[in-house]
Amino acid sequence: MSKKIIQVQELKKDFHVGDITVHALKGINLEIEEGEFVAIMGTSGSGKSTMLNILGCLDKPTSGTYSLDGVSMGGLNKNELAGLRNNKLGFVFQSYNLLPRTTALENVELPLYYNTRIRAKERRERALEALEAVGLADRMHHMPNQMSGGQQQRVAIARSLVNDPRVILADEATGNLDTRTSYEIMTLLQELNDQGKTIIFVTHESDIARFMKRNVVFKDGRIVKEEWVKDRFNAKQMLADLPVDQDVI
Amino acid sequence: MNYTNSIKIAVNAIRRNKFRAFLTMLGIIIGVASVIAMLAIGQGSKKSIQDEMSSMGTNMIFVMPGTDQRGGVRMSASEMQTLKLDDVEAIRQSCPAISAVSPVVSSSGQAVVGNNNWPTTVYGVNDEYLGIRKYEVETGRNFSDREVQTYAKVCLVGQTIVENLFPDGENPIGQSVRIGTIPFKIIGILSEKGENGMGQDQDDLIMAPYTTVQKRMLAITYIQNIFASAASEGQNDEAIEQLSETLRRTHKIKAADADDFNVRSQAEMVQTFSSISDVMTGLLGAIAGISLLVGGIGIMNIMYVSVTERTREIGLRLSVGGRGNDIMTQFLIESILLSVSGGIIGILLGLGASAGVSAFMNWPTVIMPMSVIYAFAVCSLIGVFFGWYPARKAAALNPIDALRYE
Repeated sequence: MSKKIIQVQELKKDFHVGDITVHALKGINLEIEEGEFVAIMGTSGSGKSTMLNILGCLDKPTSGTYSLDGVSMGGLNKNELAGLRNNKLGFVFQSYNLLPRTTALENVELPLYYNTRIRAKERRERALEALEAVGLADRMHHMPNQMSGGQQQRVAIARSLVNDPRVILADEATGNLDTRTSYEIMTLLQELNDQGKTIIFVTHESDIARFMKRNVVFKDGRIVKEEWVKDRFNAKQMLADLPVDQDVI
Repeated sequence: MNYTNSIKIAVNAIRRNKFRAFLTMLGIIIGVASVIAMLAIGQGSKKSIQDEMSSMGTNMIFVMPGTDQRGGVRMSASEMQTLKLDDVEAIRQSCPAISAVSPVVSSSGQAVVGNNNWPTTVYGVNDEYLGIRKYEVETGRNFSDREVQTYAKVCLVGQTIVENLFPDGENPIGQSVRIGTIPFKIIGILSEKGENGMGQDQDDLIMAPYTTVQKRMLAITYIQNIFASAASEGQNDEAIEQLSETLRRTHKIKAADADDFNVRSQAEMVQTFSSISDVMTGLLGAIAGISLLVGGIGIMNIMYVSVTERTREIGLRLSVGGRGNDIMTQFLIESILLSVSGGIIGILLGLGASAGVSAFMNWPTVIMPMSVIYAFAVCSLIGVFFGWYPARKAAALNPIDALRYE
């Protein structure tokens, strides 16, 4: 049996907006094993983004427990959470969030600057490796505004890989991309998952969710459905089947 | 904390945004440069006034007859006849702190040489007067004590007289100049002194022995002023005291009565003018202070805006594992680098502007080291603070809020 990398029990999160308390998460139980590829689905306001923020150690739950790779984040302070993000997590955002006027290579290097154990030479080597892994080694000196959306997102994926994280968290990572580019990104993520990376992917598109192994559906702060994907989409295959004129649309 | 990394991150961030960095520094550059240049101009004019005054002799003391405050018809100072030659003699005898003393009688009139004439003033003085007033003989010679004793009709002339009475460039020495009805032989030419602090031409004068002016021209027995020179600048007060005492004694003034003369010293005048130019420097300083304030507000704004627009960048750095401290250190280093280099450029620009003003506009400038340090310190501190303070706020944000910041 493979290792449980994420364990969430009775997790609750409240937000206070003025006098009103919003219960964004109302008792979540979730376990994710190493090597899984999980879609967290739900409509806007379902609590999926809140869940991702907590899973990404960007936000703290109001109550309940969450342990990541055996570390319980209950008692950790801000700096320890930052260390956890730096060592164990990689983020991919919907709007890429690359530093402007900064080369692809330097963008990928960014997380390693905050890891004091890594020296300049190793930092450069690992960033290059990550860029090679996403097929952008030839673009390493390009600025974000010289690249397409798909290429920028691949740089962002390289950035999330560079610290060799236990879990990659993607937040609507294909939300800004057209179908073909989305499939390219999904191809890349499926390959990474095949190599053993655990990936959690937040999306509201059910057809994107079919690229993952397991879907967890949120509604009104609760998990309403959890299912293994049957007839899982193969992104590489679908990309090949895509009519050429798809680009034009 | 790894400072090498922080410095690298900060330097990279500046390098990538050269224009923003330049705009940020611009506020500091202008602030520092304008304060330095402004104060340099203020100090320069103060110093030039002081130089001017002391070129007239800082240990000069002069005595005027006082107005008549007794009963009957009161008379103005210029009509008073209380100063006598005996007073000059008494001062010479009993004032050890006074090194030179000269009576002064003057008469205005038309000076005539051939076809040329010029309205001027003839000062009747003794041979010590040149030293007291810091005049020098350029060509020819000063008159001698013997010429004073013998009522000799000799004179020294200033440059303005030479220009107006000898327009063709002939040598005035040995020539005769007629003032009123009396012809004087020119024995020396004074070197140029220029205008004094009040715009008076100090070269428009003729000097002759006081005996000649007093007896032959004015036919009077009194003298109008006494000019004296303290032995050294430090002995000014002592000299004034001894002089006053001597005059009170020779004028037989009772202890309870007021002086019938006024003593003024050049040092007092210098002080008066210094305080006037201090007011002016203060005014310029106030303007400089305001420009420093405006510069500071400019720095504040651009720092605040540039940090605020980087909130998403801060959010990203936090999400990939940067700690609040890392972010703050980065922004602190960035703002120190910008403020200090902006300050240095500002100092160079301010020094250049001061040099330019004195070279092209002929205004004297004096750089005050304090103003350089002060302007630099104020601008840099504002820059550092307003680079760091908004960054501190942003670093304290929840990473998600910072990432979603629009």
